[in-house]
Amino acid sequence: MSTYKVPTMAEMAGKGESPEVLFWVGCAGSFDDRYKAVTQAFVKILNKVGVSFAVLGPEEACTGDPARRAGNEFLFQMQAVANIQVMNGYDIKKVVTACPHCFNTIKNEYPALGGNYEVIHHSQFLQQLINEGKVALKGGGEFKGKKITFHDSCFLGRGNGVYEAPRDVIRALDVELVEMKRCKTKGLCCGAGGAQMFKEPEPGKKDINIERTEEALATGASTIAVGCPFCLTMMTDGVKNKEKETEVKVYDLAEMIAKDMGI
Amino acid sequence: MSFLPQLIFLIILGAASFFLIKRVKFLRRNILLGKSEIRNDQPEKRWKTMLLVAFGQQKMFKRFIPAFLHFFVYVGFLVINLEVLEFVLDGILGTHRLFAPYLGGVYTAAMNVFEFLAFAVLVSCVIFLIRRNVTKVPRFTKPEMKGWPAMDATIILVVEIVLMVAILKMNAADQILASRGVGHYISVGGLFFSSFLTPILENFSTEFLIFVERAAWWFHIVGILAFAIYVTYSKHLHIFLAFPNTWYSNLKPKGEMVNMPAVTNEVNMMLGIPTDAPVDPPAEIGRFGAKDINDLSWIHVMNAYSCTECGRCTAECPANLTGKKLSPRKIMMDVRDRAEEVGKSLDAGGKGLEDGKSLLGDYITKEELNACTSCNACVEACPINIDPLAIILDMRRYVAMEESGTPAQWNAMFQNMETSFAPWKFSPQDRFNWAEKVKNEEIPD
Repeated sequence: MSTYKVPTMAEMAGKGESPEVLFWVGCAGSFDDRYKAVTQAFVKILNKVGVSFAVLGPEEACTGDPARRAGNEFLFQMQAVANIQVMNGYDIKKVVTACPHCFNTIKNEYPALGGNYEVIHHSQFLQQLINEGKVALKGGGEFKGKKITFHDSCFLGRGNGVYEAPRDVIRALDVELVEMKRCKTKGLCCGAGGAQMFKEPEPGKKDINIERTEEALATGASTIAVGCPFCLTMMTDGVKNKEKETEVKVYDLAEMIAKDMGI
Repeated sequence: MSFLPQLIFLIILGAASFFLIKRVKFLRRNILLGKSEIRNDQPEKRWKTMLLVAFGQQKMFKRFIPAFLHFFVYVGFLVINLEVLEFVLDGILGTHRLFAPYLGGVYTAAMNVFEFLAFAVLVSCVIFLIRRNVTKVPRFTKPEMKGWPAMDATIILVVEIVLMVAILKMNAADQILASRGVGHYISVGGLFFSSFLTPILENFSTEFLIFVERAAWWFHIVGILAFAIYVTYSKHLHIFLAFPNTWYSNLKPKGEMVNMPAVTNEVNMMLGIPTDAPVDPPAEIGRFGAKDINDLSWIHVMNAYSCTECGRCTAECPANLTGKKLSPRKIMMDVRDRAEEVGKSLDAGGKGLEDGKSLLGDYITKEELNACTSCNACVEACPINIDPLAIILDMRRYVAMEESGTPAQWNAMFQNMETSFAPWKFSPQDRFNWAEKVKNEEIPD
């Protein structure tokens, strides 16, 4: 039996190889204790399916998204230009990432700074793998027949028009997909976008993630599926706040697929 | 035949046109206080967007009942204006129902369509008044709607109702006079909606009915001209500006923030990357981000003048929904109010933009800007593709780069990013530690 491999671009370049796709892990995927599990799940799927991939490892840096949204364009561009130099140095053509903020920034905002890549979100990547029959889902796992609701991430949905890929991935698990009152183009933010993740909310009568969690719980779903590290944090906190963490779980799409694959 | 009515009509028409042109010039100048931006790529897609979103009302139909009612008012506005053409020609030439003899049955059919629309507009406007003033739909009663904005909406609806009543009353009197064989009144045969007013009017004398018919005619045409001028002072300007506003829509993915080439040049210089920028820096370096309306793109100022304050943006805004101070509609109203203030000051020979006030601070507070999650719900919700988010983010850029006025927690995040290349304070060496766990795990069959 072999173990999972996580090759870095540097290692691959050292061997004169180049992978098909760069897996952009992102800061949450690298450092957030909860979200590291999503990174690990996605890497396991890539291994199992036999996708030729690599990561930047220690050479990766924040895309700069939160700095840009908070108004610090200098810092954003410093981060972006440094990342682009690294990626162009490895002649990267295709990027997959589990973070919609990284996805949006690399896909839409790096071209103006000289970084041109084909960028896809991991929900789209998983959808392709499922459609191509490369991911063999057992469909009998812990999610079978369960009610699952999907929380649209703003930067994936409204920001980039990706609504169906994550839903297709969920449907492939043979579950009952239920929609929240506000979904797709009308989806309600988890409250973390626009650099809100990194500060306390402004004064108000309620926290946004509580409002959104209430909507998710109202569907009666036992799992809230997300495709974004910030949404994962916000929804998990919301469920805890409502003291529902034993009945209702918050998972990323990659975790659900990995669980179903038994890895 | 006296030419006096024609003369009076021409004087009124001329005066109305004069004021209207003056107002249009004022608005145009105010909009162009914004920074120049060329946005005319993909013309085919732009025309298509305008046709679908403005002409076809596509995004209105996300909320069906108001969309349906608004559709009547909109079609009524477009179609009844064809009748206004006849009004104007009759007024100039001293004729009566100029087109009737030429069009025959088609004229009768057209008049019935106009009457149906007049009735539908009337009913819709009554329902709109009820929604605003009786049932108080929440988005119409937010703090920024207090005072003039609420009054503006009520004036528009009442004027529209009165104008529609005038049309129906005029037709009813006109047809009674025709049936009595009075002078130049022509029977156009069977007008459905105005015939309901016949029982009220038919007992009056011919002289009185001529007075009613003429009074309604003058009221309608003068009312329309006055309304056209009023619109330029009102949120109702969307009836014209919705069209250019949608043509100049942002066609890029909504998540994308516009790049700042001025910053790119500096960053490249700092990192020693060769740039295309000229060696000599431009004589006048503009501000980073937006403090006032002249820092915004003219398209965003036009956005503000196009806004009809429907509040769909605010109703969808997660910050507003949870009681924060931010309201995307207020952002647009503030931009317009500031542009008006500067425009009026310039016309009066005042200080204009140099009046010691600015959009940031005097109109929009940092608390509002800081509450935004950049989720694009407001942009998605706007029936005419206004982009409040672009303004918010431009203003955040000013606060961060010119004032260093971002919240302390954001400053800490910036510092982490500078030193650890992540928004959190972790050692960059630990970035790849997550892989250790999987690398030691065996792949099951």
